Amino acid sequence: MIPEYGHFALILAFCLSLVLAVVPMLGATLGRPLWMACARPLAFGQFVLAAISFGCLAAAFLGDDFSVRYVAQNGNSLLPVYYKLSAVWGAHEGSLLLWVLVLAGWTAAVAAFSRELPPELVARVLAVMGMIAVGFHLFMLLTSNPFERLLPMAPAEGRDLNPLLQDFGLIVHPPLLYMGYVGLSVPFAFAIAALLGGRMDVAWTRWTRPWTNIAWAFLTIGITLGSWWAYYELGWGGWWFWDPVENASFMPWLIATALVHSLAVTEKRGLFRGWTLLLAIFAFALSLLGTFLVRSGVLTSVHAFASDPTRGVFVLMFLGVVIGGSLLLYGLRAPALRVPASFGWRSREAFVLANNGMLAVITAVILLGTLYPLVADVMGWGKISVGPPYFNSFFVPLTLVLALLMGIGALLQWKDSAPAPLARAAGLGALVAVPAAGLLPWLWGSWQWGAALALAAAAWIAALTVRDLWRKSAFAPSRWQGLRRLRGSYWGMVCAHLGVAVAIAGAGVAASYSSQQEVQMRPGDVLAVAGYEFRFDGVTARDGPNYWAQIGAFDVRRNGRVVAHLAPEKRRYQGGQVMTEAGIDASLGRDLYVVLGEPLGDTAWAVRVHVKPLMRWVWLGGVLIALGAVMAVGDRRYRRPAPVRAAVPANVTGT
Amino acid sequence: MARIRLFVPLIIFLALAALLYLGLGHDPRELPSALVDRPVPAFALPALGDDKPLDQTLFRGGPRLLNVWATWCSACRDEHPFLVELARAGVSIVGLDYKDDPAAARRWLADMGNPYQEVIADREGRLGLDLGVYGAPETYVIDAAGVIRYRHVGVLNAQVWRERIEPVYRQWQTP
Amino acid sequence: MLAAALSALLSWWSPGVAAVEIHDFASAAEQERYRVLIDELRCPQCQNQNLAASDAPIAADLRTEVLRLLRAGKSDTEIIDFLVGRYGDFVLYRPRWQPATYLLWLGPGGLLIAAGLTVVLVVRRQRRAPPQAVLDGAAHATLTRLLDENGERSVDDRR
Repeated sequence: MIPEYGHFALILAFCLSLVLAVVPMLGATLGRPLWMACARPLAFGQFVLAAISFGCLAAAFLGDDFSVRYVAQNGNSLLPVYYKLSAVWGAHEGSLLLWVLVLAGWTAAVAAFSRELPPELVARVLAVMGMIAVGFHLFMLLTSNPFERLLPMAPAEGRDLNPLLQDFGLIVHPPLLYMGYVGLSVPFAFAIAALLGGRMDVAWTRWTRPWTNIAWAFLTIGITLGSWWAYYELGWGGWWFWDPVENASFMPWLIATALVHSLAVTEKRGLFRGWTLLLAIFAFALSLLGTFLVRSGVLTSVHAFASDPTRGVFVLMFLGVVIGGSLLLYGLRAPALRVPASFGWRSREAFVLANNGMLAVITAVILLGTLYPLVADVMGWGKISVGPPYFNSFFVPLTLVLALLMGIGALLQWKDSAPAPLARAAGLGALVAVPAAGLLPWLWGSWQWGAALALAAAAWIAALTVRDLWRKSAFAPSRWQGLRRLRGSYWGMVCAHLGVAVAIAGAGVAASYSSQQEVQMRPGDVLAVAGYEFRFDGVTARDGPNYWAQIGAFDVRRNGRVVAHLAPEKRRYQGGQVMTEAGIDASLGRDLYVVLGEPLGDTAWAVRVHVKPLMRWVWLGGVLIALGAVMAVGDRRYRRPAPVRAAVPANVTGT
Repeated sequence: MARIRLFVPLIIFLALAALLYLGLGHDPRELPSALVDRPVPAFALPALGDDKPLDQTLFRGGPRLLNVWATWCSACRDEHPFLVELARAGVSIVGLDYKDDPAAARRWLADMGNPYQEVIADREGRLGLDLGVYGAPETYVIDAAGVIRYRHVGVLNAQVWRERIEPVYRQWQTP
Repeated sequence: MLAAALSALLSWWSPGVAAVEIHDFASAAEQERYRVLIDELRCPQCQNQNLAASDAPIAADLRTEVLRLLRAGKSDTEIIDFLVGRYGDFVLYRPRWQPATYLLWLGPGGLLIAAGLTVVLVVRRQRRAPPQAVLDGAAHATLTRLLDENGERSVDDRR
């Protein structure tokens, strides 16, 4: 009965979302306080029901109820408990349920933390989120019901979760990524509410910013984890593949990054309001586009779900209604009035604008590359592939330009800055960046262009950021007090910008100086790679809960001293799938990465060894960026009531 | 005028949505052969069983089907009965035994019937490579002049034959 | 993303094992060329993997073929032409410059120019916006800094 309860809860949640989408919206339009007030309880109710539904599916997995088709396809009685739980979102239907749960969670959170907002705004925001929930509930109930039964012929055992997904990565990566994807629905809903209500004042941006930051932080962490997971799980040392599905998560991230910056200008200066609204719409549109790409089968991807054209049609229709409708609304109601605020070339406004322009261009290029095979196919130009060489050849230079702008932009004053201090700052930046480019690469033995440029960019950002921190903290009796007086949002920016510098340095150095060797090794053999000596001590067998493993033993020495023991595994799962688990020793300076290949007769094995300098910096950068976003939310101005008066015309309607 | 500019994002989005809609009707995995409208590559390989030398002139006077198969390919087993049926109906099929053990291949044909006029034994997969074969089974339609006109990747069954291959085959039957 | 690598891929190769293959290279240069080639060539059978990362049989065959051609003294262009002649442009992760890819290769430059022009136009327009109270550079800098620290500028200094 439990799956039926789950199904029923899902239907009830759908009904609530339907009411949530309609009644508060009408209430806001007609000015009925009671109708508006029902938004909050509906949001909480929807969340409780979604949680019950999710819990029922989890219970079906834990109870090995293979009469449920989804459980039979993705579960197995031998799976450890934690993989039974994470198998809930291991495939299409269950991951949609997770999506719906996360959406209900965000909706409930907005309902809970919006006591100070005007009731019309809350009603509209929650109603827009309700509309999105209606779409996803319908999608599940009509095309992808996870509670469907296989009766009366229930199998005795489940087909098991794909071994690739039997990993810590599956437990944490999808929920965090979905928190980010779905979190972008909050700024989206705020944007639609602003367009509908015709109000987009300082208070609006103050409420929108923290939500955007949190969603952006989740997305950052989700993507970072995904990259890390692919790196250790796929077993060939790569960490970003420009696969359509990865791009699908990266594009909303880039637009959300632009949004975070543009919101700052809108809050402080009342500028770029139309652009901010557009970014809020596009960030969520791209996260929905990702859903479409992953689930419709229009593109081939390593990560794609089993595709189904009817699902594709549904998501596309949904996309058309939600995004087409939003953009139509934007066209009709966006602020067309030019704000008469002036700023010059050396202003923060101008640089945020340039930053937004660059981020938009990068996103558009990734979109072009991702969809181009589809364009070529539809136009009859033949089947072509667009892969990493294409993306890298545009992404890398564009990112370097962005880094250059970023270093300067963060120092600038609003409106205009005096040229002399700016020139001094740029001089200091160059003074650090040029030697960094010339000398630092030699740490890894040779000088290479790619690494030199990346290190220069990282040094440039870091030097200018730290210099600014130093100067901003100078106006206090002591340095410590000066640092403490700086606001949370400023610390957040410093942290995130340093994160970008760290990630750029890591990506550049890891890409330029990774070493790789593929050899045959017998017990006792020693292989030297990049100054490390890997000694192979043979292979032992061990049985896991649902697989048989062969585990290699490696001692790694540097200058005669043992620095690491590595134990790469080769696993054969019950279903017959063979998986490699790389043996990795991570440190800030380098990753040692060993993969066990095939046995080559008697005691010899094929072995691949990578040494990847600064690999961790890539993900450390991601963590710092997310941390920065969270620190900015802690800013004290978000914890006190927003100013009531609005200095710019509060009415955004132009029609 | 300024207001019209505000509709630009909507227009871009609609174009994108139209593209995605059209894309739904295309299978990104369906990869047409790079050799369509080009002659069968030159080869010199033995026939399965009697080691008679075969070359590309085998395809003169078609149209013929060229079916790439192997005993290690489980999907080939699924399509084999249909091939036998086709051969009985008078369709001329040449087999390409791809990267396979000749003894096993002979047993296979003895057990399940031989629909092939000739079977080219391509143990090293050289002809397969020249044809751009990326996984058995694959079926090519080759016209009377020995020019490749169509390729199907995957199992050849009644539906695939009726909807995709037969029209091409008939088209090249009467020049 | 990975959450998705799933199910009905039975006949398609799931990215479980990146094959470990051992070759004796004549030189480091040869090894490097081989690596770049198999990195930038796509496995025709797989979901979306290059020859280097795939364990599909065809990927192994093509790796062997690339190595054979390399050793036969073929140039990178000749090797790529060889594979494209058999498997089509699909196998190239770096699409070639041809009419079908003009838009792909020129698009980013066009977008960059469009974005750059927009930024320039917007800033020029805003520079001509109504003048504001004029402070001399130093005083203005100090004032904005103080306001910045207090987080109070948002409504006050806007015009």
